[in-house]
Amino acid sequence: MPFSTLAPGPHLSLHLQRLEDESVHILREVVAEFRKPVLLYSVGKDSSVLLHLARKAFYPAPPPFPFLHIATGWDFRALLEHRDRMAKAHGFELLVHSNAAATQAGVNPFDTETGEYSRLMLTEALRAALDKHGFDAAIGGARRDEEKARAKERIFSHRSAGHVWDPRRQRPELWRLFNPRLASGETMRVFPLSNWTELDVWTYIQAEAIPIVPLYLAAERPVVRRAGALIAADDARLRLAPGEKPAVRRVRFRTLGCWPLTGAIESDAGDVAAVIDELRASRSSERQGRLVDAAQQASMERKKREGYF
Amino acid sequence: MSPDTRLPLAAGVERSAGHGELRFLTCGSVDDGKSTLIGRLIADSAGLADDQAKALSEDSRRFGTCDEALDFALLLDGLEAEREQGITIDVAYRFFATARRAFVVADTPGHQQYTRNMVTGASGAELAVLLVDARKGLVQQTRRHAAIVSLMGIRHVVLAVNKVDLVDFSEACFREIERAFSAFAAPLGFESLVAIPLSARHGDNVAVRSTRLPWYRGATLLRHLETVPIETEAEGPFRFPVQWVNRPDSDFRGFSGTVASGEVRVGDRVVAEGSGRTAEVMRIVTFDGDLPAATAGRAVTLVFKDAIDLGRGDLLADPRNRPVVGRRLAADVVWMADASALPGARHLLKIGTATVAATITRIVDVLDVDSLRRVPDRSLDPNGIARVEIETTAPVTFDPYTDNRATGAFILIDPVAGDTMAAGMAA
Ligand SMILES: Nc1nc2c(ncn2[C@@H]2O[C@H](COP(=O)(O)OP(=O)(O)O)[C@@H](O)[C@H]2O)c(=O)[nH]1
Repeated sequence: MPFSTLAPGPHLSLHLQRLEDESVHILREVVAEFRKPVLLYSVGKDSSVLLHLARKAFYPAPPPFPFLHIATGWDFRALLEHRDRMAKAHGFELLVHSNAAATQAGVNPFDTETGEYSRLMLTEALRAALDKHGFDAAIGGARRDEEKARAKERIFSHRSAGHVWDPRRQRPELWRLFNPRLASGETMRVFPLSNWTELDVWTYIQAEAIPIVPLYLAAERPVVRRAGALIAADDARLRLAPGEKPAVRRVRFRTLGCWPLTGAIESDAGDVAAVIDELRASRSSERQGRLVDAAQQASMERKKREGYF
Repeated sequence: MSPDTRLPLAAGVERSAGHGELRFLTCGSVDDGKSTLIGRLIADSAGLADDQAKALSEDSRRFGTCDEALDFALLLDGLEAEREQGITIDVAYRFFATARRAFVVADTPGHQQYTRNMVTGASGAELAVLLVDARKGLVQQTRRHAAIVSLMGIRHVVLAVNKVDLVDFSEACFREIERAFSAFAAPLGFESLVAIPLSARHGDNVAVRSTRLPWYRGATLLRHLETVPIETEAEGPFRFPVQWVNRPDSDFRGFSGTVASGEVRVGDRVVAEGSGRTAEVMRIVTFDGDLPAATAGRAVTLVFKDAIDLGRGDLLADPRNRPVVGRRLAADVVWMADASALPGARHLLKIGTATVAATITRIVDVLDVDSLRRVPDRSLDPNGIARVEIETTAPVTFDPYTDNRATGAFILIDPVAGDTMAAGMAA
């Protein structure tokens, strides 16, 4: 067994230390209380923090649950590379699930209406994967500061059969006494990062030197401008309108969804410290780059009711 | 990344290192301006993001109650149904930070179901901001909120006297409210109680000192929240609910959990309640290396010198200051289920990391939150608070809630539907 002799240094602020301890507590609670938990690994920055926390929570044992990635077939290439690199480096069990039937039926981010696309490729795929493996608890990286509908979310968020979230029937959540009780067919979503903000995530990534997908950092990338957003030409499937031509710009991403639906921002922030500086000075919230959310402000609530995590 | 390649504290991380974090709760009656106040705190302390401001000004036009300018309350009301009705129906959590502290705000509604929601919000809070409308002064709701805040063990209270712009910034009006509240709250024994005159809508004394209130010499609300000293559980006796046994191979056997109160050091002897056996702490293991000591709040893994039989649900304690162990306990419970309590019905009681079957054997009396009196009553209705006697099928280990919030709190769960029926505090 490794016996580290490193003197614990004050490398975390009191605030980040409190958030870390709270998240570790939540992760252990999941493993102690549920029969078959899974970690929803989207490979984004929040998932990267979750992976790191899971390694801490069970040390020296490895995280005692598999990691599930819902792939749409339109994932950034760099994200898939990072995912496989992490799985190899940390030896966790990686499960990948996609809605193959929808893909075969021709569902794609260009022709399918965006709401319908994300329902089929994300929500449906997730529900199917959870049912297929019989997971009773799914750990996700959602945060309460992301969006108004998330602000009322519980840390242990109960879903009735069919993965439905009913905001009016949420269980009161008291102290740190999470209620894990499930009736048959019911499942739990658990959000260990509930009380983290976007800035907390970044400062923690910096303090702990957590590896992230390079797309979060500025680089020269070919993009086209559409409906006010910069869309990366991540592979040859990008359909160009007549006269439309990708131009190379220095950009980065604040969130990573399907590449044809995720807007980049122009930025010079080439490392994590610069991202933090930019974030502190920035005047827009992170979901701005997501076309999926732009249309309806309350769209997250609707997605959650349908079973999106 | 391996533990030995980590970076020293980066410059940017100091943001809230100084005083750490404060979790607080806001409560008030409908229309006292609670949502406006929180929206104002967030906007003034951090600067509102541009796309949020754009959504807000669109929303202000569609749903807003302010004839001019931005309606800060709309920043908060999240769910569609609520927005249409213009009410907040649940507890929502908000975040903002200044250079001194990071804040988590539990925003709870002031109308029906208020007890349930307030208790939920209060359970995780270290301080409460009670709002009153300067025109109305103390109302029944204010007294109820103060009573619940006190019952939940919150020691720090701010009385935010809002809408002072509507009483011409009158000092006499403020002083009268301040005096009446201090008189009412005296028996509740708060450690700090501060009244602040402010206007959430116009920003006076929220983050910026108001020139329209020259007679007020105290801190702005934000400054007070940034500086009020908050005690931690670190001072209490050592308590550690065993959460999970970490046994990756035959060489390692550790007991993972979060220190609930006090401190543990390598070499300390701790007692496992239940068996009454003691053991010596050999290592305090974390991913970042072993620690010489761990205080309240730290999630660690303990390794003992002696072989000791422990599992989830066991509570480790300081042998010189031991908790109570028993199958009967008296407790205050806040009833949250939709139907009234049924003495004799089987529940699950979750306390620390232990879950045992339990029944309420007797309802002793009910707390009248308006008068703070306990009235003899044998029924406990939804949103009611009562002193009860509980019997468990196996012994439970606890401390009185007034001594230790972390080891005196429990919940009651319906074993069939799985709902959380009640919040409990051991007497
Ligand atoms: N004049 C004035 N109006 C205020 C003030 N604070 C809030 N209001 C108004 O009071 C009404 C109720 O506020 P709101 O924040 O929705 O109350 P809540 O129900 O407690 O959340 C709104 O019309 C606000 O604009 C204040 O300081 N002065």
